[in-house]
Amino acid sequence: MDDVTTIHSSSLAVADSAASEVFVVELAEYSGPLDLLLTLIRDEQIDIYDIPIARIAEQFLDRISSLKLDEAADYLEMAARLVRIKAQMLLPRREGEDVWEDPRAELVRRLLEYQQVREVVDVLERRSEDRRSRFARAYTQAAVQLPVAGPLVISLPELLSAVDRVLRLARKPHVHDVVPRALDVDGAIGIVRALMAIRARAQWKDIVPRKAEPWEVLSLLLALLELAKRGELRLAQPRAFAAFEITRDPSSEAA
Amino acid sequence: MTPLAKLLEAALFASATPVPADALRLMAAHAEDGETTLESALEELRLHYENDGHGVELVEVAGGWQILTRPEYTEAIERVQLAARPQRLSAAALETLAIIAYRQPIGRAEIEEIRGVGAGAILKSLQERGLIDVVGRGEGLGRPLLYGTTSSFLEQFALRHLEELPRADELAIALRAPRHAGPTATTPPVAVGAPTKDNGEAAPRAD
Repeated sequence: MDDVTTIHSSSLAVADSAASEVFVVELAEYSGPLDLLLTLIRDEQIDIYDIPIARIAEQFLDRISSLKLDEAADYLEMAARLVRIKAQMLLPRREGEDVWEDPRAELVRRLLEYQQVREVVDVLERRSEDRRSRFARAYTQAAVQLPVAGPLVISLPELLSAVDRVLRLARKPHVHDVVPRALDVDGAIGIVRALMAIRARAQWKDIVPRKAEPWEVLSLLLALLELAKRGELRLAQPRAFAAFEITRDPSSEAA
Repeated sequence: MTPLAKLLEAALFASATPVPADALRLMAAHAEDGETTLESALEELRLHYENDGHGVELVEVAGGWQILTRPEYTEAIERVQLAARPQRLSAAALETLAIIAYRQPIGRAEIEEIRGVGAGAILKSLQERGLIDVVGRGEGLGRPLLYGTTSSFLEQFALRHLEELPRADELAIALRAPRHAGPTATTPPVAVGAPTKDNGEAAPRAD
């Protein structure tokens, strides 16, 4: 139960836990320089439209150095801004200039805007507390389960006939004798060379004998491809599915 | 209960998230329970939980309806670890959310200008929590990513729609009117650009 309570109390900086690569300064007390500034103004009960800038700037600097916040760029930027406004306030106002623009105006506008944000945050906080105190149905997609088959209801004759059916379907394996008869590519090369020595061009049917065994056909085919690869002859097919022509390679002849 | 109320109860029970009003209306149209309207059936169901002593209640949220447990049982449920309350958001995260809710679609530079602090990490974690999403790209330099709130935001903040947030002129300090004219409450913002890493958003906060 102690675990539960600690989870609740550690409410700060949840959103920034994901940021590992960025150095984020966020205190439980202040969510940013404007927050700190607003706190000072509230603590001192100062009219936001008439901020004694020198005093506030000093307090701001005090506060960030005591909080070791002086390294945080965002706070430093605000500190610099305050000091600049303070300097601007010290400048003598020129007589006769039509309107004096208050250097604090922009800061006041931002503070008011920020205060508005804080107001909305209060609303959101209330709402979120309300929702956090209710649970929705925790629906999780159940893993898909295949239906479990029930006990088998079957009689003995049924079972036997089923076995019979299976056995009949499973035919005897077809036993095949492999005759070792290696391809004779070298022999086929000899045949092709002999033929091409006497003929300039030939066709497939000239080379392969009528009743050639498969191994002969394969040997001759490989021989043709081999010779074509070596450049001794050329294989050409005038169009798709036409008989291909075998010709002596003129370049190899020259050589 | 009327048949339609019972049907709606079943549908709401079956869903872990708020059932959109459109989905309920569709169910009501198919139910052919000519007598009862969707509104009266929902009201009937709500009163049923309200009056007959139930541990749950019917809540209208995020443009839809949802059955939720009553707050008085939260601690007891949590104690036996059946469910846990989500963690609270930090003040900085809430501020960022508030700004986005009112000014959406809004870019990172503008959020940082209002808060006076860098917002990159917070935006990232809010997006991971599904509370905000990239809803488009701005016109300005580097076409910055623009953020908007999601329907999950409405759900987690018990809002029926964005208009339920106090209007800017209802806040104690009314300054700038929110830029959005008619915020889309029921439909979650459609992400136009792929929600990739925010690039080219390094517009310095110059003012």
